[in-house]
Amino acid sequence: MSNTTAPAPDAGKKEKKRSALAQELLVPVLAVVTGLIVGAIVIAVSGENPFVAYGALFAGSFGTPADFIEGFQIYFSTGETRELVKAIYPFTESLVTATPYIFAGLSVALGFRCGLFNIGAEGQFFIGALTSAFVGYSLKGLPMIVHLPLAILGGALGGALWGTIPGYLKARFGAHEVVNTIMMNWIAFKLSDWLLNGPMKASGFRPVTPNIEPSAELPRFFADPLRFNLGFFIALLVAYLVYWFLFKTTLGFEIRSVGANPDAAKYAGMNIVRNFVLVMFLAGGLAGLAGASQVLGVDHWVGQGFSAGYGFDAIALALLGKSHPLGVVLSALLFGFLRSGATDMQSMARIPIDIISIIQGMVIIFIAAPDIIRWLYRVRAVKKEETVLTRGWGK
Amino acid sequence: MTNVLELRGITKRFPGVLANDKIDITLREGKILALLGENGAGKSTLMNILYGLYKPDEGNIFIRGKEVDIHGPNDAIAQGIGMVHQHFMLVPVMTVTENVMLGIEPTKNGIFLDKEKVAKSIREISDQYGLEVDPHAYIKDLPVGIQQRVEIIKVLYRHADILILDEPTAVLTPQEVEGLFKIIATLIKAGKSIIFITHKLKEVLAVADDITVLRLGQVVGSIDPKKATSEILATMMVGRDVNLVVQKQPAKPGAPVLVVENLYVRDERQHMTVQGVSFDVRKGEVLGVAGVQGNGQTELVYALTGLLPLETGTIRLLNEPIRHTTPRNILERGVAHIPEDRQRHGLILSFPIHDNMVLCTYYKPPFAKGISMQEKPIFSNAEELVSQYDVRTPSIYVNAGNLSGGNQQKVIVAREFSRPIEVLIASQPTRGLDVGSIEYIHSQIIKKRDEGTGVLLVSSELDEILALSDRIAVMYKGQIMAIVDAKKATKEQLGLLMAGVHPSDTSNKN
Repeated sequence: MSNTTAPAPDAGKKEKKRSALAQELLVPVLAVVTGLIVGAIVIAVSGENPFVAYGALFAGSFGTPADFIEGFQIYFSTGETRELVKAIYPFTESLVTATPYIFAGLSVALGFRCGLFNIGAEGQFFIGALTSAFVGYSLKGLPMIVHLPLAILGGALGGALWGTIPGYLKARFGAHEVVNTIMMNWIAFKLSDWLLNGPMKASGFRPVTPNIEPSAELPRFFADPLRFNLGFFIALLVAYLVYWFLFKTTLGFEIRSVGANPDAAKYAGMNIVRNFVLVMFLAGGLAGLAGASQVLGVDHWVGQGFSAGYGFDAIALALLGKSHPLGVVLSALLFGFLRSGATDMQSMARIPIDIISIIQGMVIIFIAAPDIIRWLYRVRAVKKEETVLTRGWGK
Repeated sequence: MTNVLELRGITKRFPGVLANDKIDITLREGKILALLGENGAGKSTLMNILYGLYKPDEGNIFIRGKEVDIHGPNDAIAQGIGMVHQHFMLVPVMTVTENVMLGIEPTKNGIFLDKEKVAKSIREISDQYGLEVDPHAYIKDLPVGIQQRVEIIKVLYRHADILILDEPTAVLTPQEVEGLFKIIATLIKAGKSIIFITHKLKEVLAVADDITVLRLGQVVGSIDPKKATSEILATMMVGRDVNLVVQKQPAKPGAPVLVVENLYVRDERQHMTVQGVSFDVRKGEVLGVAGVQGNGQTELVYALTGLLPLETGTIRLLNEPIRHTTPRNILERGVAHIPEDRQRHGLILSFPIHDNMVLCTYYKPPFAKGISMQEKPIFSNAEELVSQYDVRTPSIYVNAGNLSGGNQQKVIVAREFSRPIEVLIASQPTRGLDVGSIEYIHSQIIKKRDEGTGVLLVSSELDEILALSDRIAVMYKGQIMAIVDAKKATKEQLGLLMAGVHPSDTSNKN
């Protein structure tokens, strides 16, 4: 009975995938371009030269070809690495900045896929940073092969527990996760203030934790000042795992079903509230990993106000990445390059770093209101798969 | 005899679809034109053009021989065109008067609403056309049939003399339909002209003066109702011969598979909408549940499928009680459910067909090994079901949301029937479907019955209930009025029961 009507089913699938991918990418790419154009206008209006500014931004995030050539020439002729390090520093710093973005973006994206709006990534990030730091400095004398995984796991578990609380409250009492994750953020901030001034405080003046043991540090690939470390590749691996989990497993199928149509999920016998708890556990864990990657790979200690808003940017980033792991990785790289390059833009072109926030904000507006982009570029809307990001307050 | 309305060469394109292709229709003064066509034939598009909601790409509209431009509902109303929508546009917490005056509120001294003036006009209109509507009643307290009259009053209050009635009988009991037809007759006597949109053939034959049939955006033809029969109209609509009568052998009922005793269920708003229902469904028979929508059928089905908890009472499935159980448990015990709202419960529209085909079985072999989903069996399962159940789709990778209603329903039927099942609960299985799909789904339900499945069929279409059922239970206000043998049941008897009247007490008619 399997006389198939379609002549070559795989061809249809591939074609659909290709055009769907182009469709998926079109609006985000145009949104980013438009965001940069609006940013340029803002720079021009404020009396600076946008080309100089973006030149500095680019140099600050990728480095300049001239520096690369010079660096390699000096390295090969004299063995001196100083110039080379200077040349590749901007690019590696961008990747370092992108690393926590990837984890945190995956956290928010996973929530979106289940119809949950995890605004709590920032708090989960904090808790993950603190727990991984605690494992990192309090256990001593362990070999790296044991200590590092323990510290990473500690960060993931800390964030996971922090995420599970609002997940459970939603499942058990129907309390809306937006309200509860925001509250959990504040609790996390205040809790960390207390911990950094009390139980976790290193000896000395400043409210910071002790440095973690070297055995808990994520290995770096180059000597100082290059901070590029294993965390970036772990982030890529985790992104792949999240992709596999969401799209190739029964658990992911349930999560996506609950997110896309909870009534149909219930009809099909899926346990909706169990999925809420599971997703918030995993999302918290991913945000916790973001914190752990920052502590174990970059800072090696936690201080007050230690997050640069990664958890909040992650919401924007997950939206830009259409809640798809690959989209999240690409968006995280973009944010990493923007954030990292902005510092140079500020010092070299005297453009305030806040212009990056304006660009990010514009990009998000264009993503949230794609009709603006379609109207600007006369792109016709195509009937396509709708990714339900989150639902209103009603249910 | 003049033509009050003529549409000439109306063409409307949507991206990828030619919704209306050079359509000509003519409405004669004081006559009823029935516009007949399946879903997607272009009826709604055409009426939305006439009402100014869409702009036609080509074509002209003439009213009493004069060409007019209609840019919005206000232009349409100014031209005397009024539309009664299928889904009522009423505010439930407001009175009839307030609803009628919405949008054209007359005032006293410039600021105060002049409700009395409107109420007086409503009473006049109501008396003139025999509508019997109290201007001060709240919409939420009125039965559906009366709400529809309020919609008609709204249109008449705006001095419409061309009325468009969009599927007006879809929500009515047979008696209410009779009432509506009487009102239509009064309107015609008063000189109004009416376009009556429907897909119900018998109604068309009963009331229309002219019939125009649309198919796939084109006019198939016009026909004099005196010369038309249901069969001719169905063939025109579908484009091929259609078997309107469901062919079935007498049922051979066996042991009860689903037994319900004294069941009470609360709906999501905590109203007790099922109040003491008892019945059984036997192996190899179809028990039809008739009733006007909203009399507890929905909640009854939800309780049977685990979507709502039982308040009290018992449900026994294959002699084992269902209580405090999950929808999954019920599914696994052999219940198939064709849900009333296919887009809410039955499908995930943003998922491809192949995923929707395993919505209830995705976690079982061969579709999953452990937690890993197996694409190959999922795809081949979908390919097989798509060809077996004749789902019209370019491929199994298309999202369910891109299919037509009939094909969406076929996906659900294919999925539910491909599991081993003992009981089939089919709720409004053909609502909104075209004649061809209805024919197909009916034959599939009877096939399941003949294979020994016990079928509970819930439908607000009496024709469907009569065509498929072996026994018929009529629900009214959460209770079962009577369970009758389908062979002896008549439409009139069922219609009275649906209105809460036992045929025995004739004194209490209406």
